[in-house]
Amino acid sequence: MAEVTLVKAVNLALARAMEEDPDVLVLGQDVGVNGGVFRATEGLLERFGERRVRDTPLAELLICGASVGMAAQGLKPVCEIQFAGFIYPALDQLANHASRLRTRTRGRMTCPLVLRTPAGGGIHAPEHHSESIEAFLAHVPGLKCVTPSTPERAYGLLLSAIRDPDPVVFLEPTRLYRLAKGPVEDDGRGLPLGRAFVEREGADVTLVSWGGAMWESRAAADRLEGEGAGVELIDAASITPFDEDTVLGSVRRTGRLVVVHEAPYTGGFGAEVAARVAERALDRLLAPVERVTGFDTVMPLPKLERDYLPGVERIAAALRRALASD
Amino acid sequence: MPNVPTDPAPDLPVVARFEIRRRRYLDENGALMRPLPDSLAAPESITPLYRAMVLARTLDAKCVALNRQSRLGTYATAYGQEAVPIGVASAMRAGDVLVPSYRENAALIWRGVGIDEVLSYYAGSERGSDWAGPAHDFPTSITVGGHALHAAGAAYALQYRGEARAVACVFGDAATSKGDVYEAFNLAGVWRLPVVFVITNNRWAISTPLAKQTASETLAQKGLAAGIAVEQADGNDVVAVHEAVRIGLDRGRSGGGATLVEALTYRLADHNTADDARRYRDPAEVRAHEHAEPVGRVRRWLESVQAWSDARQAELEAACSAEVEAGVEKLFGAEPEPPSVIFDHLYAEPSAELARQRDAGLRAIAAEREAKRRG
Ligand SMILES: Cc1ncc(C[n+]2csc(CCOP(=O)(O)OP(=O)(O)O)c2C)c(N)n1
Ligand SMILES: [Mg+2]
Repeated sequence: MAEVTLVKAVNLALARAMEEDPDVLVLGQDVGVNGGVFRATEGLLERFGERRVRDTPLAELLICGASVGMAAQGLKPVCEIQFAGFIYPALDQLANHASRLRTRTRGRMTCPLVLRTPAGGGIHAPEHHSESIEAFLAHVPGLKCVTPSTPERAYGLLLSAIRDPDPVVFLEPTRLYRLAKGPVEDDGRGLPLGRAFVEREGADVTLVSWGGAMWESRAAADRLEGEGAGVELIDAASITPFDEDTVLGSVRRTGRLVVVHEAPYTGGFGAEVAARVAERALDRLLAPVERVTGFDTVMPLPKLERDYLPGVERIAAALRRALASD
Repeated sequence: MPNVPTDPAPDLPVVARFEIRRRRYLDENGALMRPLPDSLAAPESITPLYRAMVLARTLDAKCVALNRQSRLGTYATAYGQEAVPIGVASAMRAGDVLVPSYRENAALIWRGVGIDEVLSYYAGSERGSDWAGPAHDFPTSITVGGHALHAAGAAYALQYRGEARAVACVFGDAATSKGDVYEAFNLAGVWRLPVVFVITNNRWAISTPLAKQTASETLAQKGLAAGIAVEQADGNDVVAVHEAVRIGLDRGRSGGGATLVEALTYRLADHNTADDARRYRDPAEVRAHEHAEPVGRVRRWLESVQAWSDARQAELEAACSAEVEAGVEKLFGAEPEPPSVIFDHLYAEPSAELARQRDAGLRAIAAEREAKRRG
């Protein structure tokens, strides 16, 4: 099986989806001739033509709003916001329209769009290019929000997102675009949305993360395993719907939970995970829940971004704290 | 120094020139200002439009009354603006796609949506938006201008499939202050989309007069920068609105791209039933616009060609009242919906968490309702 990068897996999934469904089209800034600034849409224009690979004017609200209109008329637009920090104008369309069209029409109209955007930090990009926005999206009923952390998951989850009858925001960790490599079978098989991935099993502590932060979480799990602790590492992958069962099941066994994400601490999705555990598995907790997150600050520019991102040391320390109390 | 003059210099070449034309057929007295377009030249082809405008006015009056009796929620009438929704709807084909704002109830009804279905939204439920009208028409947009981009996207879907269909999207003058509306014009221009944008310029946005909305001479010219065809129509002349929109839809269907029509009208009523325009608007201004309203001028024209009579008018008014009453009766006669509809149309498949909330929520709601019932 071919080893590919995460961004190549995205590219393969897009091509596969366009191959199998003539209603799927791709639109966004520089997605055509340029193949996207990260090359996620490379080669699609040559293969599928301008009708299905559309460069848009530079307007995020336009990209999302026009996609809502297309989706409502039966197309399956996969639109791209060039960087997650520029999604904010489009939140109007996501929150007021994409997520509610089904409800507003009692199912007469649906909105099967996918909005892809590179998210998260770590690539020395300018301001606004390194944001983690999943908590905003998690708070919009009617949306789904998914973020892969391996090429295989990027491929399978994106295919499922495109085939999903409802709007899905697909957050692609920029940091892992070329860093994460792995085998991908381009067989058109989707991976289920709303399902977490237990990446490794362990009996002592549950480590839940998603997106780019999975990279450091893996390294921290390695480290703790070297110290003799069993770390159960879970890639949540779907923010909404969130696979609570997998997380609760694990925490009930380990009695300890560390949640890691890049986004700021206050109101981050880690708080939701912690709250669910407090509500539904408190009696099984042997230690306070630990959250390792970005700070409640502006995402720093490249010189300090590594200091902002939860690093292996921080995650390992949280795991040790969780393991120490009983 | 940039090579940009601060003063217009006559010796610099003019590189672009634009003009805006206003379309008009019937003046406020019902006199013809120019020959009627072929499709509306016969009085029998105009009477359905007249009838629909009278129905709209009858319905609006009823809705205001129902609101006063606390039987209907906040409702915005199209009083004095009926020529816009009817001009637009009558110019469309069934396969065209309507993308309406909250002032186009009459257009929805023209296209086959039931009166009860239209009113259900204002009675507090979306159920009517799963309507008997065209399945491809968009539901009412409460967000001002939020639907303009949907129209552009919908138009692309039609173009994508190579269908000879077009989209008509209606919004108010204030919507043209919004970025999404400009973005929609822009996309429609770049992609030559089969869409007609219709601005209902009723000169007011709640309490904000047009002069505070824009320094632009016309709203039509806001489409010029997007490279789309633009014109102004007398928005109180149903023939002018119909014809301007018909031409735009034909243009779109035949690959000629997008059109912007500014329909110049006037909001004779309060913004909606929750508004009191006396707080901000001189009644003298309203009185000055009353005579130009759209319904009377059509009647005057029909009478002038002996195609109308007091007897037909009485018959029409009775028929409209009966139709409205029947719709209202159907609305209030409908079974109340269970609270489960809150949950049931969010996703094709509910998540486990949503299913849990639905179960627990419905039990809690039932208990609260029961406690309330018992006092
Ligand atoms: C985006 C948005 N902002 C504000 C409102 C509140 N609002 C409802 S109608 C209205 C005025 C709209 O004026 P205009 O576009 O001229 O339409 P009209 O009501 O005159 O038909 C406002 C401010 C809204 N519905 N949507
Ligand atoms: Mg207005």
